[in-house]
Amino acid sequence: MSDAAFDHTDVVPGKWRPVAEESRTTRIVLIAIALGGLALLVLAPLAVVFAEALAKGAWAAVKSLGSRDARSAIQLTLLVAAISVPVNAVFGIAAAWVITKFDFKGKAFLITLIDLPFSVSPVVAGLALVLLFGTNSLIGGWLVASGFPIIFALPGIVLASIFVTFPFVARELIPVMIEQGRAEEEAALTLGASGWRVFRTVTLPNIKWALLYGVLLCNARAMGEFGAVAVVSGKIRGQTATMPITIEMLYNEYLSVAAFSMAAVLALLALITLALKTALEWRHADQLAATRRH
Amino acid sequence: MALALRSQAQKSPMPGFRLGMGITLTMLSVIVLLPIGALLAQGISYGPAGVWNTVNTPRVWAALYLSFRLAFFAAVFNLIFGTLLAWVLARYEFPGRRLVDAVVDLPFALPTAVAGIALTALYAPNGVFGSLAKAAGGKIAYTEWGILIALIFVGLPFVTRTVQPVIAEIEREVEEASATLGASRFYTLRRVILPMLLPAALTGFALSLARAVGEYGSVIFIAGNLPMKTEIAPLLIVIKLEEFDYNGAAAIGIAMLLISFSMLLVINLIQIWSRRRIGHV
Repeated sequence: MSDAAFDHTDVVPGKWRPVAEESRTTRIVLIAIALGGLALLVLAPLAVVFAEALAKGAWAAVKSLGSRDARSAIQLTLLVAAISVPVNAVFGIAAAWVITKFDFKGKAFLITLIDLPFSVSPVVAGLALVLLFGTNSLIGGWLVASGFPIIFALPGIVLASIFVTFPFVARELIPVMIEQGRAEEEAALTLGASGWRVFRTVTLPNIKWALLYGVLLCNARAMGEFGAVAVVSGKIRGQTATMPITIEMLYNEYLSVAAFSMAAVLALLALITLALKTALEWRHADQLAATRRH
Repeated sequence: MALALRSQAQKSPMPGFRLGMGITLTMLSVIVLLPIGALLAQGISYGPAGVWNTVNTPRVWAALYLSFRLAFFAAVFNLIFGTLLAWVLARYEFPGRRLVDAVVDLPFALPTAVAGIALTALYAPNGVFGSLAKAAGGKIAYTEWGILIALIFVGLPFVTRTVQPVIAEIEREVEEASATLGASRFYTLRRVILPMLLPAALTGFALSLARAVGEYGSVIFIAGNLPMKTEIAPLLIVIKLEEFDYNGAAAIGIAMLLISFSMLLVINLIQIWSRRRIGHV
Protein backbone atom coordinates (compact mmCIF):
# COMPACT_ATOMS: atom_id res chain seq x y z
CA MET A 1 0.00 0.00 0.00
CA SER A 2 1.46 3.36 -0.92
CA ASP A 3 1.14 6.45 1.14
CA ALA A 4 -1.67 8.17 -0.69
CA ALA A 5 -0.86 11.66 0.59
CA PHE A 6 2.39 11.64 -1.36
CA ASP A 7 1.38 9.45 -4.24
CA HIS A 8 0.34 11.74 -7.06
CA THR A 9 1.83 9.76 -9.92
CA ASP A 10 -1.53 8.80 -11.36
CA VAL A 11 -3.30 12.12 -10.92
CA VAL A 12 -4.05 13.49 -14.36
CA PRO A 13 -3.76 17.31 -14.46
CA GLY A 14 -7.17 18.87 -14.39
CA LYS A 15 -8.77 15.76 -12.93
CA TRP A 16 -8.95 15.38 -9.18
CA ARG A 17 -9.04 12.14 -7.25
CA PRO A 18 -11.51 11.48 -4.41
CA VAL A 19 -9.76 11.67 -1.04
CA ALA A 20 -11.46 8.59 0.34
CA GLU A 21 -10.04 6.20 -2.21
CA GLU A 22 -6.78 4.43 -2.80
CA SER A 23 -4.60 5.40 -5.72
CA ARG A 24 -5.16 3.61 -9.00
CA THR A 25 -1.88 1.72 -8.67
CA THR A 26 -2.78 0.49 -5.17
CA ARG A 27 -6.18 -0.63 -6.35
CA ILE A 28 -4.75 -2.58 -9.29
CA VAL A 29 -2.16 -4.27 -7.07
CA LEU A 30 -4.79 -5.25 -4.46
CA ILE A 31 -7.17 -6.60 -7.11
CA ALA A 32 -4.30 -8.59 -8.63
CA ILE A 33 -3.39 -10.11 -5.24
CA ALA A 34 -7.03 -10.99 -4.55
CA LEU A 35 -7.65 -12.58 -7.95
CA GLY A 36 -4.29 -14.33 -8.08
CA GLY A 37 -4.75 -15.73 -4.58
CA LEU A 38 -8.24 -17.02 -5.36
CA ALA A 39 -7.12 -18.60 -8.64
CA LEU A 40 -4.22 -20.36 -6.92
CA LEU A 41 -6.02 -21.41 -3.75
CA VAL A 42 -9.54 -22.14 -4.96
CA LEU A 43 -9.82 -22.45 -8.74
CA ALA A 44 -6.72 -24.60 -9.26
CA PRO A 45 -7.99 -27.44 -7.01
CA LEU A 46 -11.39 -27.29 -8.72
CA ALA A 47 -9.80 -27.51 -12.16
CA VAL A 48 -7.63 -30.45 -11.10
CA VAL A 49 -10.71 -32.47 -10.09
CA PHE A 50 -12.11 -32.32 -13.62
CA ALA A 51 -8.70 -32.73 -15.29
CA GLU A 52 -7.95 -35.91 -13.30
CA ALA A 53 -11.46 -37.31 -13.84
CA LEU A 54 -11.08 -36.91 -17.60
CA ALA A 55 -7.43 -38.05 -17.67
CA LYS A 56 -8.37 -41.26 -19.50
CA GLY A 57 -11.25 -39.81 -21.47
CA ALA A 58 -14.85 -39.06 -20.71
CA TRP A 59 -15.95 -42.66 -21.30
CA ALA A 60 -13.69 -44.06 -18.56
CA ALA A 61 -15.08 -41.50 -16.14
CA VAL A 62 -18.70 -42.26 -16.97
CA LYS A 63 -18.09 -46.00 -16.87
CA SER A 64 -16.58 -45.81 -13.37
CA LEU A 65 -19.70 -44.03 -12.13
CA GLY A 66 -21.89 -46.85 -13.49
CA SER A 67 -20.32 -49.52 -11.28
CA ARG A 68 -22.52 -51.12 -8.64
CA ASP A 69 -20.62 -49.64 -5.66
CA ALA A 70 -20.62 -46.17 -7.22
CA ARG A 71 -24.35 -46.28 -7.84
CA SER A 72 -25.06 -47.49 -4.32
CA ALA A 73 -22.87 -44.68 -2.91
CA ILE A 74 -24.77 -42.07 -4.94
CA GLN A 75 -28.12 -43.50 -3.80
CA LEU A 76 -27.02 -43.55 -0.17
CA THR A 77 -25.80 -39.95 -0.27
CA LEU A 78 -29.08 -38.80 -1.85
CA LEU A 79 -31.06 -40.72 0.77
CA VAL A 80 -29.05 -39.25 3.66
CA ALA A 81 -29.57 -35.73 2.32
CA ALA A 82 -33.27 -36.41 1.69
CA ILE A 83 -33.72 -37.30 5.36
CA SER A 84 -31.35 -34.93 7.12
CA VAL A 85 -32.14 -31.73 5.19
CA PRO A 86 -35.93 -31.69 5.88
CA VAL A 87 -35.34 -32.63 9.53
CA ASN A 88 -32.90 -29.76 9.79
CA ALA A 89 -35.30 -27.37 8.08
CA VAL A 90 -38.07 -28.20 10.56
CA PHE A 91 -35.66 -27.76 13.46
CA GLY A 92 -34.34 -24.49 12.01
CA ILE A 93 -37.85 -23.04 11.61
CA ALA A 94 -38.90 -24.15 15.11
CA ALA A 95 -35.76 -22.75 16.74
CA ALA A 96 -35.94 -19.46 14.84
CA TRP A 97 -39.65 -19.11 15.68
CA VAL A 98 -39.07 -19.62 19.40
CA ILE A 99 -36.01 -17.37 19.48
CA THR A 100 -37.44 -14.47 17.48
CA LYS A 101 -41.13 -14.45 18.47
CA PHE A 102 -40.80 -14.91 22.23
CA ASP A 103 -38.83 -13.42 25.10
CA PHE A 104 -37.47 -15.83 27.65
CA LYS A 105 -34.52 -16.24 29.95
CA GLY A 106 -31.58 -18.18 28.65
CA LYS A 107 -32.16 -17.23 25.01
CA ALA A 108 -28.50 -16.31 24.46
CA PHE A 109 -27.50 -19.63 25.99
CA LEU A 110 -29.87 -21.50 23.69
CA ILE A 111 -28.33 -19.76 20.65
CA THR A 112 -24.85 -20.71 21.89
CA LEU A 113 -25.93 -24.35 22.19
CA ILE A 114 -27.38 -24.32 18.67
CA ASP A 115 -24.07 -22.93 17.36
CA LEU A 116 -22.06 -25.51 19.30
CA PRO A 117 -21.60 -27.96 16.38
CA PHE A 118 -19.59 -25.28 14.52
CA SER A 119 -16.84 -25.48 17.11
CA VAL A 120 -16.79 -29.25 17.47
CA SER A 121 -14.57 -31.24 15.14
CA PRO A 122 -16.65 -33.54 12.88
CA VAL A 123 -14.49 -36.43 14.03
CA VAL A 124 -15.28 -35.63 17.68
CA ALA A 125 -18.97 -35.44 16.71
CA GLY A 126 -18.74 -38.90 15.16
CA LEU A 127 -16.91 -40.18 18.23
CA ALA A 128 -19.61 -38.76 20.52
CA LEU A 129 -22.32 -40.54 18.49
CA VAL A 130 -20.37 -43.82 18.65
CA LEU A 131 -20.06 -43.48 22.44
CA LEU A 132 -23.80 -42.82 22.78
CA PHE A 133 -25.20 -45.30 20.27
CA GLY A 134 -22.36 -47.81 19.70
CA THR A 135 -22.74 -51.49 20.69
CA ASN A 136 -20.71 -50.89 23.87
CA SER A 137 -23.11 -48.28 25.21
CA LEU A 138 -26.30 -48.87 27.14
CA ILE A 139 -28.67 -47.45 24.51
CA GLY A 140 -26.67 -48.83 21.60
CA GLY A 141 -26.50 -52.35 23.00
CA TRP A 142 -30.24 -52.43 23.51
CA LEU A 143 -30.93 -50.98 20.05
CA VAL A 144 -28.66 -53.53 18.36
CA ALA A 145 -30.34 -56.35 20.32
CA SER A 146 -33.74 -55.12 19.13
CA GLY A 147 -32.52 -55.17 15.52
CA PHE A 148 -32.20 -51.45 15.05
CA PRO A 149 -28.48 -50.65 14.93
CA ILE A 150 -27.51 -46.98 14.63
CA ILE A 151 -23.75 -47.01 14.33
CA PHE A 152 -22.33 -48.57 11.14
CA ALA A 153 -25.80 -48.15 9.62
CA LEU A 154 -27.98 -45.52 7.93
CA PRO A 155 -29.36 -43.87 11.13
CA GLY A 156 -25.84 -43.12 12.36
CA ILE A 157 -24.88 -41.50 9.06
CA VAL A 158 -28.06 -39.41 9.16
CA LEU A 159 -27.43 -38.35 12.78
CA ALA A 160 -23.84 -37.39 11.94
CA SER A 161 -25.02 -35.36 8.92
CA ILE A 162 -27.62 -33.55 11.00
CA PHE A 163 -25.02 -32.81 13.70
CA VAL A 164 -22.57 -31.09 11.35
CA THR A 165 -25.30 -29.10 9.60
CA PHE A 166 -27.27 -28.38 12.76
CA PRO A 167 -26.98 -24.55 12.93
CA PHE A 168 -27.27 -23.87 9.17
CA VAL A 169 -31.01 -23.18 8.71
CA ALA A 170 -31.57 -21.56 12.12
CA ARG A 171 -28.64 -19.19 11.59
CA GLU A 172 -30.01 -17.99 8.25
CA LEU A 173 -33.56 -17.54 9.56
CA ILE A 174 -32.92 -15.83 12.90
CA PRO A 175 -31.49 -12.50 11.58
CA VAL A 176 -34.21 -12.27 8.90
CA MET A 177 -36.99 -12.92 11.41
CA ILE A 178 -35.54 -10.45 13.92
CA GLU A 179 -35.50 -7.79 11.22
CA GLN A 180 -39.12 -8.48 10.28
CA GLY A 181 -40.36 -8.22 13.85
CA ARG A 182 -43.64 -9.54 15.21
CA ALA A 183 -46.15 -6.88 14.13
CA GLU A 184 -47.45 -8.69 11.03
CA GLU A 185 -48.06 -11.93 12.91
CA GLU A 186 -49.72 -10.06 15.77
CA ALA A 187 -52.04 -8.26 13.33
CA ALA A 188 -53.05 -11.57 11.74
CA LEU A 189 -53.75 -13.04 15.19
CA THR A 190 -55.93 -10.08 16.17
CA LEU A 191 -57.90 -10.62 12.98
CA GLY A 192 -58.62 -14.13 14.19
CA ALA A 193 -56.25 -16.29 12.19
CA SER A 194 -55.11 -19.55 13.76
CA GLY A 195 -51.46 -20.01 14.70
CA TRP A 196 -50.79 -22.43 11.85
CA ARG A 197 -52.46 -20.09 9.36
CA VAL A 198 -50.40 -17.15 10.59
CA PHE A 199 -47.24 -19.15 10.05
CA ARG A 200 -48.26 -20.37 6.59
CA THR A 201 -49.65 -17.13 5.17
CA VAL A 202 -47.67 -14.44 7.01
CA THR A 203 -44.35 -15.78 8.25
CA LEU A 204 -43.45 -18.32 5.58
CA PRO A 205 -43.74 -15.94 2.60
CA ASN A 206 -41.48 -13.52 4.47
CA ILE A 207 -38.76 -16.06 5.14
CA LYS A 208 -39.00 -18.42 2.18
CA TRP A 209 -35.88 -17.22 0.37
CA ALA A 210 -33.78 -17.21 3.52
CA LEU A 211 -35.11 -20.70 4.25
CA LEU A 212 -34.18 -21.89 0.77
CA TYR A 213 -30.75 -20.34 1.22
CA GLY A 214 -30.21 -22.20 4.48
CA VAL A 215 -31.51 -25.46 3.01
CA LEU A 216 -29.11 -25.09 0.10
CA LEU A 217 -26.07 -24.70 2.35
CA CYS A 218 -27.30 -27.50 4.59
CA ASN A 219 -27.74 -29.82 1.61
CA ALA A 220 -24.26 -29.12 0.26
CA ARG A 221 -22.66 -29.90 3.59
CA ALA A 222 -24.83 -32.97 4.24
CA MET A 223 -23.92 -34.52 0.89
CA GLY A 224 -20.24 -33.76 1.30
CA GLU A 225 -19.64 -34.53 4.97
CA PHE A 226 -16.65 -36.78 5.47
CA GLY A 227 -15.11 -36.67 8.96
CA ALA A 228 -18.19 -37.36 11.07
CA VAL A 229 -19.59 -39.90 8.60
CA ALA A 230 -16.22 -41.69 8.31
CA VAL A 231 -16.33 -42.42 12.03
CA VAL A 232 -19.92 -43.71 12.24
CA SER A 233 -20.38 -45.40 8.86
CA GLY A 234 -18.07 -48.38 9.25
CA LYS A 235 -17.26 -47.91 5.53
CA ILE A 236 -19.02 -51.05 4.35
CA ARG A 237 -18.76 -51.06 0.57
CA GLY A 238 -22.12 -51.01 -1.17
CA GLN A 239 -23.94 -50.49 2.14
CA THR A 240 -22.72 -47.64 4.34
CA ALA A 241 -20.20 -45.97 2.02
CA THR A 242 -21.43 -42.52 1.02
CA MET A 243 -19.95 -40.67 -1.97
CA PRO A 244 -17.17 -38.94 0.02
CA ILE A 245 -16.29 -42.23 1.76
CA THR A 246 -16.21 -44.01 -1.60
CA ILE A 247 -13.86 -41.31 -2.93
CA GLU A 248 -11.45 -42.09 -0.08
CA MET A 249 -11.63 -45.85 -0.67
CA LEU A 250 -11.06 -45.52 -4.43
CA TYR A 251 -8.25 -43.04 -3.91
CA ASN A 252 -6.47 -45.31 -1.43
CA GLU A 253 -6.74 -48.14 -3.97
CA TYR A 254 -5.01 -45.92 -6.55
CA LEU A 255 -8.13 -45.93 -8.73
CA SER A 256 -7.51 -42.32 -9.63
CA VAL A 257 -10.02 -41.93 -12.48
CA ALA A 258 -12.83 -43.53 -10.49
CA ALA A 259 -12.04 -41.44 -7.38
CA PHE A 260 -11.87 -38.18 -9.30
CA SER A 261 -14.98 -38.99 -11.37
CA MET A 262 -17.01 -39.31 -8.21
CA ALA A 263 -15.29 -36.19 -6.88
CA ALA A 264 -16.25 -34.40 -10.10
CA VAL A 265 -19.92 -35.28 -9.53
CA LEU A 266 -19.74 -33.73 -6.06
CA ALA A 267 -17.80 -30.74 -7.44
CA LEU A 268 -20.52 -30.20 -10.08
CA LEU A 269 -23.07 -30.32 -7.31
CA ALA A 270 -21.07 -27.70 -5.40
CA LEU A 271 -21.01 -25.48 -8.49
CA ILE A 272 -24.78 -25.84 -8.93
CA THR A 273 -25.24 -24.98 -5.24
CA LEU A 274 -23.09 -21.88 -5.67
CA ALA A 275 -24.99 -20.84 -8.82
CA LEU A 276 -28.37 -21.20 -7.09
CA LYS A 277 -27.07 -19.42 -4.01
CA THR A 278 -25.72 -16.54 -6.08
CA ALA A 279 -28.99 -16.30 -8.02
CA LEU A 280 -30.88 -16.10 -4.72
CA GLU A 281 -28.56 -13.39 -3.47
CA TRP A 282 -29.04 -11.31 -6.61
CA ARG A 283 -32.81 -11.71 -6.86
CA HIS A 284 -33.79 -11.56 -3.23
CA ALA A 285 -31.08 -9.29 -1.90
CA ASP A 286 -33.61 -7.41 0.26
CA GLN A 287 -34.66 -10.45 2.25
CA LEU A 288 -31.19 -11.94 2.51
CA ALA A 289 -29.55 -8.65 3.46
CA ALA A 290 -30.14 -9.36 7.14
CA THR A 291 -28.53 -12.77 6.78
CA ARG A 292 -25.39 -11.37 5.18
CA ARG A 293 -25.08 -8.60 7.73
CA HIS A 294 -25.03 -11.15 10.48
CA MET B 1 -36.34 -23.86 33.84
CA ALA B 2 -39.17 -25.20 31.69
CA LEU B 3 -41.75 -23.79 34.08
CA ALA B 4 -40.18 -20.36 34.10
CA LEU B 5 -40.01 -20.47 30.30
CA ARG B 6 -43.69 -21.28 30.00
CA SER B 7 -44.90 -18.60 32.38
CA GLN B 8 -42.86 -15.96 30.59
CA ALA B 9 -43.98 -17.04 27.17
CA GLN B 10 -47.65 -16.98 28.19
CA LYS B 11 -47.46 -13.22 28.31
CA SER B 12 -47.01 -13.29 24.55
CA PRO B 13 -50.13 -13.67 22.37
CA MET B 14 -48.02 -15.52 19.79
CA PRO B 15 -48.85 -19.23 19.46
CA GLY B 16 -46.50 -22.14 18.99
CA PHE B 17 -44.13 -21.63 21.89
CA ARG B 18 -44.59 -25.11 23.33
CA LEU B 19 -44.42 -26.84 19.95
CA GLY B 20 -41.42 -24.81 18.79
CA MET B 21 -39.54 -25.14 22.06
CA GLY B 22 -40.39 -28.84 22.19
CA ILE B 23 -38.94 -29.50 18.74
CA THR B 24 -35.91 -27.32 19.44
CA LEU B 25 -34.99 -28.89 22.78
CA THR B 26 -35.68 -32.46 21.64
CA MET B 27 -33.53 -32.10 18.54
CA LEU B 28 -30.80 -30.27 20.43
CA SER B 29 -30.71 -33.01 23.05
CA VAL B 30 -30.77 -36.01 20.74
CA ILE B 31 -28.39 -34.68 18.10
CA VAL B 32 -25.94 -32.54 20.09
CA LEU B 33 -26.22 -32.59 23.88
CA LEU B 34 -26.65 -36.32 24.58
CA PRO B 35 -23.74 -37.37 22.33
CA ILE B 36 -21.45 -34.68 23.81
CA GLY B 37 -22.67 -35.76 27.24
CA ALA B 38 -21.79 -39.38 26.41
CA LEU B 39 -18.31 -38.22 25.42
CA LEU B 40 -17.84 -36.39 28.72
CA ALA B 41 -19.30 -39.33 30.66
CA GLN B 42 -16.79 -41.66 29.02
CA GLY B 43 -14.03 -39.28 30.14
CA ILE B 44 -15.39 -39.21 33.69
CA SER B 45 -15.67 -43.00 33.93
CA TYR B 46 -12.13 -43.27 32.55
CA GLY B 47 -11.05 -40.81 35.26
CA PRO B 48 -9.02 -37.60 35.06
CA ALA B 49 -5.81 -39.58 35.61
CA GLY B 50 -6.60 -41.88 32.71
CA VAL B 51 -7.47 -38.96 30.42
CA TRP B 52 -4.26 -37.18 31.40
CA ASN B 53 -2.12 -40.30 30.91
CA THR B 54 -3.55 -40.78 27.42
CA VAL B 55 -3.01 -37.18 26.42
CA ASN B 56 0.38 -36.88 28.11
CA THR B 57 2.25 -39.01 25.59
CA PRO B 58 4.71 -37.60 23.03
CA ARG B 59 2.60 -38.78 20.09
CA VAL B 60 -0.63 -37.14 21.30
CA TRP B 61 1.12 -33.91 22.29
CA ALA B 62 2.79 -33.79 18.89
CA ALA B 63 -0.58 -34.22 17.15
CA LEU B 64 -2.37 -31.62 19.30
CA TYR B 65 0.49 -29.14 18.89
CA LEU B 66 0.52 -29.69 15.12
CA SER B 67 -3.27 -29.30 14.78
CA PHE B 68 -3.57 -26.14 16.85
CA ARG B 69 -0.37 -24.50 15.58
CA LEU B 70 -1.19 -24.99 11.88
CA ALA B 71 -4.84 -24.06 12.43
CA PHE B 72 -3.66 -20.81 14.00
CA PHE B 73 -1.30 -20.02 11.12
CA ALA B 74 -4.01 -20.83 8.57
CA ALA B 75 -6.49 -18.60 10.41
CA VAL B 76 -3.94 -15.75 10.51
CA PHE B 77 -3.38 -16.08 6.76
CA ASN B 78 -7.14 -16.12 6.20
CA LEU B 79 -7.57 -13.09 8.45
CA ILE B 80 -5.19 -11.03 6.31
CA PHE B 81 -6.09 -12.37 2.88
CA GLY B 82 -9.80 -12.55 3.74
CA THR B 83 -9.89 -8.92 4.83
CA LEU B 84 -8.05 -7.85 1.68
CA LEU B 85 -10.49 -9.89 -0.41
CA ALA B 86 -13.48 -8.36 1.37
CA TRP B 87 -12.09 -4.86 0.76
CA VAL B 88 -11.49 -5.50 -2.93
CA LEU B 89 -14.97 -7.04 -3.40
CA ALA B 90 -16.80 -4.34 -1.45
CA ARG B 91 -14.96 -1.27 -2.72
CA TYR B 92 -13.51 -1.79 -6.18
CA GLU B 93 -15.27 -2.15 -9.51
CA PHE B 94 -13.71 -4.58 -11.94
CA PRO B 95 -15.06 -6.90 -14.63
CA GLY B 96 -16.33 -10.19 -13.20
CA ARG B 97 -16.54 -8.88 -9.65
CA ARG B 98 -19.81 -10.64 -8.92
CA LEU B 99 -18.47 -13.91 -10.28
CA VAL B 100 -15.39 -13.60 -8.07
CA ASP B 101 -17.69 -12.88 -5.14
CA ALA B 102 -19.47 -16.19 -5.79
CA VAL B 103 -16.18 -18.10 -6.16
CA VAL B 104 -15.14 -17.08 -2.62
CA ASP B 105 -17.74 -19.48 -1.22
CA LEU B 106 -16.48 -22.49 -3.15
CA PRO B 107 -14.55 -23.94 -0.18
CA PHE B 108 -17.85 -24.03 1.75
CA ALA B 109 -19.66 -25.86 -1.03
CA LEU B 110 -16.92 -28.28 -2.09
CA PRO B 111 -16.87 -31.47 0.02
CA THR B 112 -13.69 -31.78 2.06
CA ALA B 113 -12.76 -35.18 0.65
CA VAL B 114 -12.91 -33.68 -2.86
CA ALA B 115 -10.75 -30.75 -1.77
CA GLY B 116 -8.36 -33.20 -0.09
CA ILE B 117 -7.64 -35.35 -3.12
CA ALA B 118 -7.57 -32.31 -5.43
CA LEU B 119 -5.00 -30.48 -3.30
CA THR B 120 -2.93 -33.65 -3.03
CA ALA B 121 -2.99 -34.08 -6.82
CA LEU B 122 -1.84 -30.46 -7.19
CA TYR B 123 0.91 -30.43 -4.59
CA ALA B 124 2.23 -34.02 -4.75
CA PRO B 125 5.74 -34.23 -6.24
CA ASN B 126 4.26 -35.21 -9.63
CA GLY B 127 1.49 -32.59 -9.50
CA VAL B 128 1.41 -29.18 -11.18
CA PHE B 129 2.56 -27.13 -8.18
CA GLY B 130 4.37 -30.01 -6.49
CA SER B 131 6.71 -30.48 -9.43
CA LEU B 132 7.58 -26.77 -9.33
CA ALA B 133 8.43 -27.14 -5.65
CA LYS B 134 10.46 -30.26 -6.44
CA ALA B 135 12.42 -28.39 -9.11
CA ALA B 136 13.17 -25.74 -6.48
CA GLY B 137 14.31 -28.49 -4.11
CA GLY B 138 11.26 -28.39 -1.84
CA LYS B 139 8.31 -30.58 -0.97
CA ILE B 140 4.75 -29.48 -0.16
CA ALA B 141 2.41 -32.46 0.01
CA TYR B 142 3.12 -34.92 2.86
CA THR B 143 4.74 -32.11 4.89
CA GLU B 144 3.36 -29.46 7.27
CA TRP B 145 3.09 -27.09 4.29
CA GLY B 146 0.55 -29.38 2.67
CA ILE B 147 -1.55 -29.45 5.84
CA LEU B 148 -1.34 -25.67 6.07
CA ILE B 149 -2.58 -25.24 2.49
CA ALA B 150 -5.53 -27.57 3.14
CA LEU B 151 -6.45 -25.67 6.33
CA ILE B 152 -6.21 -22.32 4.51
CA PHE B 153 -8.54 -23.70 1.83
CA VAL B 154 -11.30 -24.84 4.18
CA GLY B 155 -11.27 -21.62 6.23
CA LEU B 156 -10.84 -19.14 3.38
CA PRO B 157 -14.40 -17.71 3.11
CA PHE B 158 -15.09 -17.05 6.82
CA VAL B 159 -13.28 -13.72 7.28
CA THR B 160 -14.39 -12.34 3.90
CA ARG B 161 -18.01 -13.18 4.61
CA THR B 162 -18.03 -11.54 8.05
CA VAL B 163 -16.03 -8.42 7.08
CA GLN B 164 -17.54 -7.62 3.67
CA PRO B 165 -20.97 -6.47 4.95
CA VAL B 166 -19.29 -4.24 7.54
CA ILE B 167 -17.19 -2.53 4.86
CA ALA B 168 -20.32 -2.00 2.77
CA GLU B 169 -21.93 -0.13 5.67
CA ILE B 170 -19.04 2.21 6.45
CA GLU B 171 -19.95 5.77 5.59
CA ARG B 172 -17.54 7.49 3.26
CA GLU B 173 -17.88 10.75 5.22
CA VAL B 174 -15.76 9.27 8.01
CA GLU B 175 -12.90 8.63 5.63
CA GLU B 176 -13.32 12.02 3.97
CA ALA B 177 -13.26 13.75 7.34
CA SER B 178 -10.06 11.91 8.18
CA ALA B 179 -8.53 12.93 4.84
CA THR B 180 -9.50 16.59 5.15
CA LEU B 181 -7.90 16.65 8.59
CA GLY B 182 -4.65 15.80 6.84
CA ALA B 183 -4.41 12.04 7.33
CA SER B 184 -2.78 10.08 4.55
CA ARG B 185 -4.85 7.32 2.98
CA PHE B 186 -2.80 4.64 4.71
CA TYR B 187 -3.18 6.39 8.05
CA THR B 188 -6.97 6.57 7.56
CA LEU B 189 -7.13 2.87 6.69
CA ARG B 190 -5.03 1.93 9.70
CA ARG B 191 -6.52 4.22 12.34
CA VAL B 192 -10.13 4.68 11.14
CA ILE B 193 -11.17 1.72 9.01
CA LEU B 194 -9.25 -1.14 10.60
CA PRO B 195 -10.66 -0.65 14.16
CA MET B 196 -14.17 -0.69 12.65
CA LEU B 197 -13.48 -4.00 10.92
CA LEU B 198 -11.75 -5.66 13.85
CA PRO B 199 -14.74 -7.21 15.69
CA ALA B 200 -16.14 -8.76 12.49
CA ALA B 201 -12.68 -9.86 11.37
CA LEU B 202 -12.14 -11.57 14.73
CA THR B 203 -15.46 -13.39 14.38
CA GLY B 204 -14.28 -14.68 11.00
CA PHE B 205 -10.89 -15.54 12.48
CA ALA B 206 -12.51 -17.56 15.29
CA LEU B 207 -14.77 -19.44 12.86
CA SER B 208 -11.84 -20.16 10.57
CA LEU B 209 -9.70 -21.32 13.49
CA ALA B 210 -12.41 -23.59 14.92
CA ARG B 211 -12.98 -25.11 11.51
CA ALA B 212 -9.27 -25.69 10.88
CA VAL B 213 -8.61 -27.26 14.30
CA GLY B 214 -11.19 -29.99 13.73
CA GLU B 215 -10.69 -30.42 10.00
CA TYR B 216 -10.14 -33.99 8.87
CA GLY B 217 -11.31 -34.73 5.32
CA SER B 218 -9.18 -32.28 3.39
CA VAL B 219 -6.06 -32.89 5.51
CA ILE B 220 -5.59 -36.66 5.72
CA PHE B 221 -4.90 -37.07 2.01
CA ILE B 222 -2.22 -34.39 1.80
CA ALA B 223 -0.71 -34.87 5.27
CA GLY B 224 1.19 -38.12 4.80
CA ASN B 225 0.10 -38.98 8.37
CA LEU B 226 3.53 -39.79 9.81
CA PRO B 227 3.34 -40.20 13.62
CA MET B 228 5.08 -37.35 15.48
CA LYS B 229 5.49 -35.42 12.22
CA THR B 230 2.35 -34.93 10.13
CA GLU B 231 -0.33 -36.65 12.18
CA ILE B 232 -3.24 -34.37 13.14
CA ALA B 233 -5.25 -34.79 16.34
CA PRO B 234 -8.56 -35.86 14.70
CA LEU B 235 -6.68 -38.64 12.90
CA LEU B 236 -5.41 -39.96 16.25
CA ILE B 237 -9.04 -40.21 17.41
CA VAL B 238 -9.90 -42.23 14.31
CA ILE B 239 -6.88 -44.51 14.91
CA LYS B 240 -7.87 -45.08 18.56
CA LEU B 241 -11.44 -45.89 17.46
CA GLU B 242 -10.18 -48.40 14.91
CA GLU B 243 -8.30 -50.10 17.75
CA PHE B 244 -11.57 -50.06 19.79
CA ASP B 245 -9.79 -47.92 22.39
CA TYR B 246 -12.88 -45.87 23.28
CA ASN B 247 -11.30 -44.43 26.42
CA GLY B 248 -8.26 -43.20 24.52
CA ALA B 249 -10.40 -41.71 21.74
CA ALA B 250 -12.64 -39.96 24.29
CA ALA B 251 -9.60 -38.58 26.14
CA ILE B 252 -8.19 -36.95 22.98
CA GLY B 253 -11.67 -35.75 21.98
CA ILE B 254 -12.15 -34.07 25.37
CA ALA B 255 -8.69 -32.49 25.19
CA MET B 256 -9.55 -31.04 21.75
CA LEU B 257 -12.88 -29.69 23.01
CA LEU B 258 -11.24 -28.07 26.05
CA ILE B 259 -8.48 -26.39 24.05
CA SER B 260 -10.91 -25.19 21.33
CA PHE B 261 -13.35 -23.72 23.82
CA SER B 262 -10.65 -21.89 25.77
CA MET B 263 -9.29 -20.44 22.52
CA LEU B 264 -12.75 -19.29 21.44
CA LEU B 265 -13.29 -17.77 24.87
CA VAL B 266 -10.08 -15.75 24.58
CA ILE B 267 -11.09 -14.53 21.12
CA ASN B 268 -14.53 -13.57 22.47
CA LEU B 269 -12.91 -11.54 25.26
CA ILE B 270 -10.65 -9.73 22.75
CA GLN B 271 -13.77 -9.01 20.70
CA ILE B 272 -15.65 -7.54 23.64
CA TRP B 273 -12.59 -5.42 24.43
CA SER B 274 -12.26 -4.14 20.85
CA ARG B 275 -16.00 -3.40 20.62
CA ARG B 276 -15.82 -1.36 23.80
CA ARG B 277 -12.77 0.48 22.58
CA ILE B 278 -14.46 1.82 19.48
CA GLY B 279 -17.86 2.32 21.07
CA HIS B 280 -20.29 0.44 18.85
CA VAL B 281 -20.42 -1.48 15.51
